[in-house]
Amino acid sequence: MTPAVLEIDASPTTVRLLDAGPLTDAHAEAWEKFQSLPVPARTDEHWRFSSIKALDLSAYTAPQPIDDTTREELLARSTGLAASAGRMVFANDTLLRREVLADTLRQRGVLWLPLDEAMRNHGDLFRSRFMREDAILGGAKFAALHASQARAGTFLYVPRGVEIDLPIEAFHWLTGEGGSIFPHTLIVAEAQSKVTFVDYFESPESTAGFACAVNDLWLGDGAQVTYVCAQNWSGQALSVQINSTVVGRDATAKALTVNLGSRYARSESVSHLRAPGGRSDMLAVTVAEDAQEIDQRTFQIHEAPNTASDLLYKNALDDSARTVFSGLIRVSPGAHKTDAYQKVRNLLLSDEAEANSLPGLEIEADDVRCTHGATSGQIEDEELFYLLSRGIPLRESQRLIVYGFLEEVLQRLGSEPIAEKLSALLHAKFDAKH
Amino acid sequence: MSTDTLDIDRTRGDFSYPEQHTFDAGTGLTHDTIDYISGVKGEPDWIREFRHKALDTFLAKPMPTHWASHDLENIVFKNIRYYLANAQKPKRSWDDVSEDEKRTFERLGIPEQERRFLAGVEAQFDSEAVYSNIKAAVGEQGVIFCGSTEGLKEHPEIFRKWFGKVIPTGDNKFSALNSAVFSGGSFIYVPPGVKVKHPLQAYFRINAENFGQFERTLIIADEGSEVMYMEGCTAPKFETATLHSAVVELVAMKGAKIQYITVQNWSANVFNLVTKRAIAHEEAEVKWIDCNIGSRLTMKYPGVILKGRKARGEVISIALAGDGQHQDTGAKMVHAADETTSNIVSKSISLGTGRATYRGLVHIPKHLKGCKNNTECDALLINSTARTDTYPAITVRGTGNSSQHEASVSQISAEQIFYMMSRGLTEAQAMSLSVNGFVNDLVRQFPMEYSVELKRLIDLEMEGSVG
Repeated sequence: MTPAVLEIDASPTTVRLLDAGPLTDAHAEAWEKFQSLPVPARTDEHWRFSSIKALDLSAYTAPQPIDDTTREELLARSTGLAASAGRMVFANDTLLRREVLADTLRQRGVLWLPLDEAMRNHGDLFRSRFMREDAILGGAKFAALHASQARAGTFLYVPRGVEIDLPIEAFHWLTGEGGSIFPHTLIVAEAQSKVTFVDYFESPESTAGFACAVNDLWLGDGAQVTYVCAQNWSGQALSVQINSTVVGRDATAKALTVNLGSRYARSESVSHLRAPGGRSDMLAVTVAEDAQEIDQRTFQIHEAPNTASDLLYKNALDDSARTVFSGLIRVSPGAHKTDAYQKVRNLLLSDEAEANSLPGLEIEADDVRCTHGATSGQIEDEELFYLLSRGIPLRESQRLIVYGFLEEVLQRLGSEPIAEKLSALLHAKFDAKH
Repeated sequence: MSTDTLDIDRTRGDFSYPEQHTFDAGTGLTHDTIDYISGVKGEPDWIREFRHKALDTFLAKPMPTHWASHDLENIVFKNIRYYLANAQKPKRSWDDVSEDEKRTFERLGIPEQERRFLAGVEAQFDSEAVYSNIKAAVGEQGVIFCGSTEGLKEHPEIFRKWFGKVIPTGDNKFSALNSAVFSGGSFIYVPPGVKVKHPLQAYFRINAENFGQFERTLIIADEGSEVMYMEGCTAPKFETATLHSAVVELVAMKGAKIQYITVQNWSANVFNLVTKRAIAHEEAEVKWIDCNIGSRLTMKYPGVILKGRKARGEVISIALAGDGQHQDTGAKMVHAADETTSNIVSKSISLGTGRATYRGLVHIPKHLKGCKNNTECDALLINSTARTDTYPAITVRGTGNSSQHEASVSQISAEQIFYMMSRGLTEAQAMSLSVNGFVNDLVRQFPMEYSVELKRLIDLEMEGSVG
């Protein structure tokens, strides 16, 4: 299913996504798979509690071209961190701008390329890691669609022992009514390397569109990768994001997703702890308002002994928002000395908000430490009283409590500039309403 | 207290007598089987019709294997015998019970327990109760304690109203099966304000091979009343699979309290697929104490629908999955009124190649205030081949409610074992002590008689799996 060389038609038409067909001949196998796989059904455990009807793709068209005015506007709005090692900006799956890496990094063999260039110039390396892990949390059909349509996104290759201090950033804009995009992020971090990557998913207006993203992380022995995704699509968007992280010996993966946008957002994250000493931290923060549904599925798979995983997902829900968290820790036979933790916390801010939690464990080794917890509740009267009694108005007090609740997760990143940036996004969304 | 009369262990349950059934519905399940059962029982038309409809529902429903164990596919419904009995009316005195049946229950210690501490006993042998009696003083208070057929025939004004209402026929494939071929079980009614001091007990015994036992229990505790019900179950070891598929419905009216205690000790060839649910009205309390040992596959999730304000539901669950066994157990709490509270505590132990699964559902829907749920699941793994799973589903809506769920998995601490062995215990003794310590806080909630039995069962199951 992996394309040989991607030669993309530069002038997309307004063809409906479901009639679009594979992007190139090389994508055909994935397109066939997409068509043959069944649409998720209510009885599928991976879609339990999900609003299946939100998944109708018939309204969307293939990615639309960007005119010059929009291009300038989006570039102006693509402000990331004050200091970064590189930045690429895409809109509707077209590359708008590329701020390249410092020469020193390139000289040490670091590759950071748009997808098509990676396929053209580093085909073997790229293909050996492109969508090599199956989507096992229910999204196989969407993964196949992505594989048949992927034309935009970035490939980052960090050679052995190379440490990149500043974060690398990519913006993906989804704009125009009914359009679709397929952002791809592939990070291959060789042994003892170190990198931080931030994806920003943005819409400039509140139109409905469809985003189907895949991000895969490969960590060689002792590698350290931090991946951040700020999901801030339009509140009318339908989005699906599928992740797999493969953690090598003594490697450390840290992933944080901030969910702000989408009418329905589905994310599937799988951590494969394949070699001893590996560790994966899975973090997420969600602010869901109006009729948003944020549907998060996670899987911590301990396949080797002495591995650790730690998951913390926090959801703040207002209006008639819904969240689904379904997480599973699996400890395979022989994966002794596993230390796995999973925690989901839901803060309900309105009487119509609904939080569904399905924290699961499947343990097939006996010398392990595995714990999970799920709580759902509201702002405690005592907490509120404490702030009120110090003269802080009610609204402000509630906001502070919600921020405090969510900030804990951002702090776990250990990066002040990124935490600040994400915090600003959170506040912008929450303050718009409160 | 002498414990020998309570010695209902696996070896003790592993015996059977030659079959001498007067009534036998044959092998397989068709509408003729229903007519045979209904005819023999002399049931009114509405029950017969209820059964026929249920059979259609059963046949139409798929196996729930999209979430449950595929081992269910190994049940061959056409090889099972659905009704076996000698008579339809239970005896009021042990002297009138046939020799083999009486000896069965004597070996299980039932008459002895009845004399010692029970308010009433029902003893079911295959499809029908062979003995049913309630202490005169309890009967005089207006408490009704009889079998399902008798309850529906003699007291329709009490039982028909709730029969099949807590657990509708179509709730799941196995509740439909039970509704089609149910026989035996207990129907209990406790009048307003009556507090039954001693427990009522039922004992379910499977004697025949290739048999399915489908008892049906309905307990109604009227306003302000209290009752404790205990059930025990055993079957001999056969080469072929045996099916036990009960439906148990509890109704706790305003301010009533029901405690339902199960100590199940099925042999390893039994598929135990049971639906248990209660409705708790205003300020009522329902507590399920569920202890699952033995069987090939148990699927059982006692539930409480908290229908009235301030109702309270509780499930205390202990499961021990031995070699080759799968205990798929848990709890369901559906909050349907303000200020309702629920508590679930589950402890499971997996031994050898055993698998213990906790499956739970907590539902707190919209517009309710002051609802709280607490769930704790702890799993203990004894061997590296053992397996444990936890699959809870929790839905909370609105700002007035809260839920918290915690689960942990651990193994027996090597330091603990070393400590005990250094003080002269054998490894097996140390392990057993450690396991008993793990479940001890739950076992203490059982009536004394049952907690002693339970500890013995755990010891027995542990034998040979350690060291």
